[in-house]
Amino acid sequence: MKGNIIKYARDNIDTDVIIPGQYLKVHDYAELATHAMEGLDPDFHSKVKEGDFILSGKNFGCGSSREHAPIALSHCGVKAILALSFARIFYRNSVDGAFLLPIEISQDAYDGISEGDEIDIDVSKNEIKNITKNQTYKMKPFSEIIGKIIAAGGLFKYKPDQD
Amino acid sequence: MNIVEKILARASGKSSVAPDDVVFADVDKVMMHDVSGPGVLKVFDKLKKQGISVDKLWDPTKVWVAEDHFVPSADKLSAENIVKLSNFTKNYGIEKHFKYGMGQYGICHTLSHEQAMVMPGDVYVGGDSHTNTTGALGAFACGLGHTDIAYVLLNGNIWFKVPETYYFKLNGTLPDHVMAKDLILKIIGEIGNDGGAYRTMQFGGSGIDDMSVESRLTLCNMTTEAGAKNGIVEPDQKVVDYLSAKGATNLKLVNGDADAEYSKIFEFESSEMEPMIAKPFSPDNTCVVSEAPSVELDKSYIGSCTGAKYEDLEAAAKVLKGRKVKIRTEVLPAAISIYQRAMENGLLKIFLDAGVTVGPPTCGACCGAHMGVLAKDEICISTTNRNFPGRMGHVESQTYLSSPMVAAASAVTGKITDPRDLI
Repeated sequence: MKGNIIKYARDNIDTDVIIPGQYLKVHDYAELATHAMEGLDPDFHSKVKEGDFILSGKNFGCGSSREHAPIALSHCGVKAILALSFARIFYRNSVDGAFLLPIEISQDAYDGISEGDEIDIDVSKNEIKNITKNQTYKMKPFSEIIGKIIAAGGLFKYKPDQD
Repeated sequence: MNIVEKILARASGKSSVAPDDVVFADVDKVMMHDVSGPGVLKVFDKLKKQGISVDKLWDPTKVWVAEDHFVPSADKLSAENIVKLSNFTKNYGIEKHFKYGMGQYGICHTLSHEQAMVMPGDVYVGGDSHTNTTGALGAFACGLGHTDIAYVLLNGNIWFKVPETYYFKLNGTLPDHVMAKDLILKIIGEIGNDGGAYRTMQFGGSGIDDMSVESRLTLCNMTTEAGAKNGIVEPDQKVVDYLSAKGATNLKLVNGDADAEYSKIFEFESSEMEPMIAKPFSPDNTCVVSEAPSVELDKSYIGSCTGAKYEDLEAAAKVLKGRKVKIRTEVLPAAISIYQRAMENGLLKIFLDAGVTVGPPTCGACCGAHMGVLAKDEICISTTNRNFPGRMGHVESQTYLSSPMVAAASAVTGKITDPRDLI
């Protein structure tokens, strides 16, 4: 899976900046997308392209349980978030709802990947390749259950009885 | 096994579980509100298109619904969401729907204990991150998103990775004017806003034994702000008395084994505790009130599931009695049952005499939704749970988190104030 990086070099990007509270009443996915990252980067909607990845620091998605957050990002075209760590509800919403891939990366990947770099994510090899800079990093493998839910295409398509 | 492991083992039909095991746990109660409910409906629409049946819920008697975020309806869209929610509960035969302006209503997490909706030992999930609150009753209480709640509604179970448990031991009774909110801010300041991530935060020790159920609810509520999967206190006679007074019967307490294991134990001495605040823009950006920056406050907000339970209002009233507020101050009891007690016991008169506005139960301004949101550059002291950029309104507004006593004392002076300086 290939895409370009939008980098926010900071920790604790919370759900209130990903999709501010005033939009919690909105359940139209296309409309939510127009407000994605509004609390942090008002230009986000104009710069994001289909297939992009977001790169950020620790504790991405902390705060609320609002599924609006991964919904808004995925409906802008964001396919994966690469972060040093994730808050738990954002992580499980992203996976169970099959909105986007939450990829845990190492500090050197975080430091080495820049805004605009073209990245190739190979989940089968747990590898992240920076095509622009010709560097390869390891991603933290998904846990067994997360890997299975992602492979199935979301929680509703995952059949635990067939394990 | 500790209490959480015992609850999850029982709920997943296993004789024992250990941290990192993945289980599908049967759910005893599930809650949604006027934000997560319509979100779940969108998931149902998506499932229908995929040919998955959403005709019947697994057990409508185990589902309950609250209207709290955008009530009273902030605008046409939020009014339509309330109508959608009403149609949803009617169509699926959900009887426990707490409707705004009708009988008992309030913030979902407050109803969970005020209306005894959750019992000790339950696996309780809710479509809201502060579902953790109700762990204070001795339940495994955990917040989930719309897809997961939809899954629970249709299947009656959900996957969990069994969390490891951090045990927070409080030695000694908290001093006067130091509240549970001060303790939990102190803890979050020490472990960081992801210090409890994916874990259980369990509270115990003589200081917790001495604490009221409502104070324990404040502790568990704020575990969300350390990233925890859930917060929990072992249920005791206080929990039994609390729930029995609200009509609950046949309580079955689950407690951890004597040899229960915890991955880490933290100890705190009550005698060292002081009133705390969290400065903008994170609940872990804490300091003692005596070291608070000297800022001119615009507003004091005493509301939310975190800071507007009955004892919170009582504490604020103790400070405000016979005094006048210097800045705009709003008190919003977290449930109408609390509002009523506050009226019967004279708290509302104290607030009104002090010049405070008393509003209806709503999540309202806590999440920047409506009813008192902040303008650019406005500074608020608040008994709520989060102070991220834009949390209570404009992205360049600021929120300081505090206990109800500190918020009340600060309302009187217009600066961040230690209640001990007034009383």
